[in-house]
Amino acid sequence: MAEPQSNRVAYVSGRTATQGRVSGLHARFMLFAPYRWFHGLLTRTGLSSRTLVILVPYLWLLLFFLAPFLIVLKISFAEVLIARPPYSSLFEMVDGTYLQLRLSLENYLLLLEDDLYWKAYLSSIRIAGISTVITLLVGYPIAYAMARAPRQWRLTLLMAVILPFWTSFLIRVYAWIGILKKEGLLNLFLMKIGLIEQPLTVLNTDIAVFIGIVYSYLPFMVLPLYANLEKMDQSLLEAASDLGCKPLKAFWKITLPLSIPGIIAGCFLVFIPAVGEFVIPDLLGGSDTLMIGKTLWAEFFNNRDWPLSSAVAVLLLLLLIVPIMIFQRVQQNQGGAG
Amino acid sequence: MTEAGGAPRHKTLEPWNDPGQSPYIQIAGVSKRFGAFTAVDNVSVDIFKGEFFALLGPSGCGKTTLLRMLAGFEVPSQGRIMLEGEDMSTVPPYQRPVNMMFQSYALFPHMTVESNIAFGLKQDRVPKDEIARRVAEMIQLVQLDGFAARKPHQLSGGQRQRVALARSLIKKPKMLLLDEPLGALDKKLRAQTQFELMNIQEELGITFVIVTHDQEEAMTVSSRIAVMDHGRIIQVATPAEIYEYPNSRYVAEFIGDVNTLEGRIVQLGADFIEIKSAQAACSIRAAHGVEAPVGGAVWVAIRPEKLNISLTPPEDASFNCMRGEVWDIGYLGNLSIYHVRLESGQMVTSCLTNQTRLVERAITWEDSVYLTWAPSSCVVLTG
Repeated sequence: MAEPQSNRVAYVSGRTATQGRVSGLHARFMLFAPYRWFHGLLTRTGLSSRTLVILVPYLWLLLFFLAPFLIVLKISFAEVLIARPPYSSLFEMVDGTYLQLRLSLENYLLLLEDDLYWKAYLSSIRIAGISTVITLLVGYPIAYAMARAPRQWRLTLLMAVILPFWTSFLIRVYAWIGILKKEGLLNLFLMKIGLIEQPLTVLNTDIAVFIGIVYSYLPFMVLPLYANLEKMDQSLLEAASDLGCKPLKAFWKITLPLSIPGIIAGCFLVFIPAVGEFVIPDLLGGSDTLMIGKTLWAEFFNNRDWPLSSAVAVLLLLLLIVPIMIFQRVQQNQGGAG
Repeated sequence: MTEAGGAPRHKTLEPWNDPGQSPYIQIAGVSKRFGAFTAVDNVSVDIFKGEFFALLGPSGCGKTTLLRMLAGFEVPSQGRIMLEGEDMSTVPPYQRPVNMMFQSYALFPHMTVESNIAFGLKQDRVPKDEIARRVAEMIQLVQLDGFAARKPHQLSGGQRQRVALARSLIKKPKMLLLDEPLGALDKKLRAQTQFELMNIQEELGITFVIVTHDQEEAMTVSSRIAVMDHGRIIQVATPAEIYEYPNSRYVAEFIGDVNTLEGRIVQLGADFIEIKSAQAACSIRAAHGVEAPVGGAVWVAIRPEKLNISLTPPEDASFNCMRGEVWDIGYLGNLSIYHVRLESGQMVTSCLTNQTRLVERAITWEDSVYLTWAPSSCVVLTG
């Protein structure tokens, strides 16, 4: 560089400087000693600042997701004990000389043998699946209407979708008991307008569970769908119309296929938590509503069988990881297409 | 600046001057209002079969709204749009025999090039083998062989533009509407594509209506241009007429560069008008008639290339001869542009083709020069 280096200016080598605004910021920060020192440390250890940024969420996941999961995994291989904690240790010192590892597969074998668990898993998937489909059918028109609403209305509508989150989830589910029970608002209303004579039994059935899940998880369906539909180029529909396609057909040919990423995202956001749902089936479902969340609760709190309930949780995670991985792959493909 | 327009093929096709011809598309008293805003204001124009008609104007002049009404995306607030004598004003876009090429191209991102092009035919339930044949033909016409199976995001901007063109042509529409079709292309590709568009239009014989804000593009491709401003059509004429005989200062200044000098009519002669202009500090003779009384305020428009610049006074300096000082020179290689300051302080521009190398005494800064022009090469405008 031809100019003499003044000490008010930090020169950034071409290799370390990134593009545009970031490099400007970087150059300005280089005037400060701590930043310069930190940057030097990073370069010396071979870590780029980009790695550092990615590192933060990874550390978070490691600490609050992977570590607890490993603990659960550990407990699932233990044996139940009447002790505190109520499970055996995997490692034992034998003769004070060597360490013995004792893995018990009993819990997993029990899960495979006892059809109660398989039925609970299947029933959970069935209930979550049906609820997801209903949520999609209810949520799609809502998201579509929001995305097509006048621009000045959209924020209000978005707020209306998010607003229920400001109240406790538990209270909202309790409120449904008041609506669905025999002498509840729904039956009172239906009898008042003369549609039915005898009150319907809705509460403590699978239908109440569907209602509860659809209601609770509707925002998780609406938001990704809205985000997808809102950014859709309206001129595509005009082009379809221009080429002789009627509006309803254009929806099936253009809007729906283009909203598939939103549909998939919404369905996974509803399906995955719904499979493991405990509160809704417990409060709204009947004694015969079988869901893995309830089974898990019973094993953990009623039977105090921590190892077995850990095994239930691990298997549930494995069951859910498969669809999550499919989801990720789809997302990656979409990323390529964007 | 293209000294444009008068390509031979336009001379043979002038249905607008033939009283026996009936217009193909009639836009009759069409207005479009959005709330209190009038986007298109009482526009009437006839377009003939096989024309390449340009709607030209600055952004916000209503040209796109007019095009969207032709496509059927907007319904006129007033007036009628007729296609072959049939009122189309309220026919929905999917029933109009008209197709549009969108500014953003609006290609369906989830479909291949082939399905994009075939889309229009599929809507009409054309037999499969015919669709395949016509799509293949169209792909050949727009030179996209080998790209049929690609998705739009795998194409370059120029290729996408071709797909959009092919898709809008496949149904053989009675009229093709093009909304700033070349706006997204770089300059070189745009010039090349303009000529391709003209060739395709000629080959297929489809009436094209193009919207553009690029006057050079309008001059190059179109048979006639409608210059628009604030929702109104100011002038409809061939590119050459628009350039040589603009009907208003707005048109004169919008198309190309022009010097306008303010003045008053002092004499209406048999074959010329005499005008006194304080700005020009000379008397001006113009050969073209104008409907204004003696004493009326007018503007004289002279194109820079029609203004001769010289160091020596002309033989007859009694009219059309201004004196000034060279203020600035722009050397463009093929042309030199002289900015001359007249004695009145008015700046005018003259441009000179550089036919010889600069060997003789060239006109240079602060030279005192004479600017002359022929009475036939200026236009008198009243507004």
